[in-house]
Amino acid sequence: MASVNRKVLPGFSLTLGYTVFYLGLLVLLPITAVFVKAGSLSLHDFWGAVWTERARAAYLLTFGTSFVAALVNVLLGGLIAWVLTRYTFPGKRIIDALVDLPLALPTAVGGLVYASLYVENGWLGRFLVPLGIRGAYTRLGIVLVLVFVGLPFVVRTVQPVLADIDPEAEEASSSLGATRWQTFAFVILPTLFPALITGFALAFARSIGEYGSVVFISGNMPFKTEIAPILIVARLEEFAYGEATAIAVVLLVISFSMLLVINFLESWSRRHDR
Amino acid sequence: MSIRIQGVSKNFGSFRALDEVSLDVPSGSLLALLGPSGSGKTTLLRIIAGLEVADRGTVLHHDENITDYEARDRKVGFVFQHYALFRHMTIAENIGYGLRVRGVSKQERQTRVDELLKLIRLEGLGSRYPAQLSGGQRQRVALARALAARPNVLLLDEPFGALDAKVRTELRQWLRKLHEEIQVTSVFVTHDQEEAFEVADHVVIMNEGRIEQVGTPAEVFERPANAFVMDFLGNVNVFHGRVERGRAVVSGLSVAYPDYQHPEGRDAAVYVRPHELEVEPTPTEAGSLAAKVLHVNPTGSRTKVELRALDSNQLINVELTPERFAELGLKSGDIVHVSPRRVRVFVPDYEI
Repeated sequence: MASVNRKVLPGFSLTLGYTVFYLGLLVLLPITAVFVKAGSLSLHDFWGAVWTERARAAYLLTFGTSFVAALVNVLLGGLIAWVLTRYTFPGKRIIDALVDLPLALPTAVGGLVYASLYVENGWLGRFLVPLGIRGAYTRLGIVLVLVFVGLPFVVRTVQPVLADIDPEAEEASSSLGATRWQTFAFVILPTLFPALITGFALAFARSIGEYGSVVFISGNMPFKTEIAPILIVARLEEFAYGEATAIAVVLLVISFSMLLVINFLESWSRRHDR
Repeated sequence: MSIRIQGVSKNFGSFRALDEVSLDVPSGSLLALLGPSGSGKTTLLRIIAGLEVADRGTVLHHDENITDYEARDRKVGFVFQHYALFRHMTIAENIGYGLRVRGVSKQERQTRVDELLKLIRLEGLGSRYPAQLSGGQRQRVALARALAARPNVLLLDEPFGALDAKVRTELRQWLRKLHEEIQVTSVFVTHDQEEAFEVADHVVIMNEGRIEQVGTPAEVFERPANAFVMDFLGNVNVFHGRVERGRAVVSGLSVAYPDYQHPEGRDAAVYVRPHELEVEPTPTEAGSLAAKVLHVNPTGSRTKVELRALDSNQLINVELTPERFAELGLKSGDIVHVSPRRVRVFVPDYEI
């Protein structure tokens, strides 16, 4: 019996084929190379490279600052997306365009500018440092640049969802007796939740890999302000390629499992759309 | 609880949505706002609900001036055309929402939700999400949600507009029955005259931001106040004729019209409903129009016949009982003679 193609959209095998091919070529192949290179180390050497006290401090700092920065971005980016979709005001388009700027700017420039602003005699630093707030060469500085780098991801994922919210649902809520805050908390926020999680995941992932801006503002002090990517570069400069890739492997595995958990959370928050 | 609207106006930019509208909705009535799109009916409903603010005028609920109240303080239940259910909440959570935001205890809420699920005949579906229900079920949930906090007034904006014909008919009858049970003052918006007549006990006909006529379905249908109402209620033949000395004349056909006794003739539109036209195989003594049968549609409780007048080429719609139709044995191409049993004449409102 002849098989009948019952799919509505044609080209499934072609598009899937390309997807697998490009993902393989662009993502999986380099990652595999990393694993292979790391595999050239003996188990003892591998462990010795990835589990030093210095490396552990770097992982903790990388994931900690990325997590905090992504959290800040969810609040800040959510707020910006809200303002951009809910209100009209002069200069709105300019602000809208500004949001994407961190994507276009070389992040090293961002890091340099932030550092020069927050040093003791910088524009902001001369007021903040006397108050005990040190934005340069500290963990706070790392969080600041990571917020800068991750901001567009949250804004751009939340914005379309916010624009799509049915205004009638809000009207229904208020005619049912809800205050504005209740409407926000019970109707709008749950609708935004999946997008906020996605935005968080993107900003978080982006921050874990960020190197250019952090290197200029953190001061790169081992045990204090040295993030994992800088540790990798430090190993590379010692021509210890195996050790460098070993640290990369650890970063990859932790990142991947965290993103997996976030994805589960995101699909759980969409359970009502089945 | 009665609703009184006094001199309400509303503009959207330069568009005048409502123009000095005043209306009384008696307590416990079920009233339909009927009109074409852009007639202001939805705007009026939203002003009653507090979802829109009137530029001028007042809204009273049972003598209490609520013009400046926010929607949440008005104790109205509002049902939207596209349900506007909260997608991330279960059916039970949706229905209980109005109680939850007012701080009603969980137990009390549960009791009320169960009661309403029973009322809308969706017992056992409380834990589903809106996406898992059909359109008719969703609209019933929206209605239950609006009723949960026992509103003083129930407002429905084209509540059956998004549903298919069969479900719509069922829901209409169900709404009618529900209203008889709970007796809450209800206003619903529709553009479908059949729906308005079937469900409501009072009909308000609106056009261009004004009320054209208020009355029971029978009053509005039998005694339309003006040409617009006559036209809008649909399915009517309009002849262009003249009135003079107590008679209306349409292409040689003369009918009594005692309302206009002036000897000087005037142009007038003469309206005849399809079921108020008599069809005979031969010319009648009192005068009749010769017409040719174009099309016959015998389905339904009345046979619809489309005719074309021989002299003016005007199309005429006639509705006959199946018995009369069988008696006449009409088929397309036949020549028949039509005469109106009853006409309505509206003389344009201009003075020289």
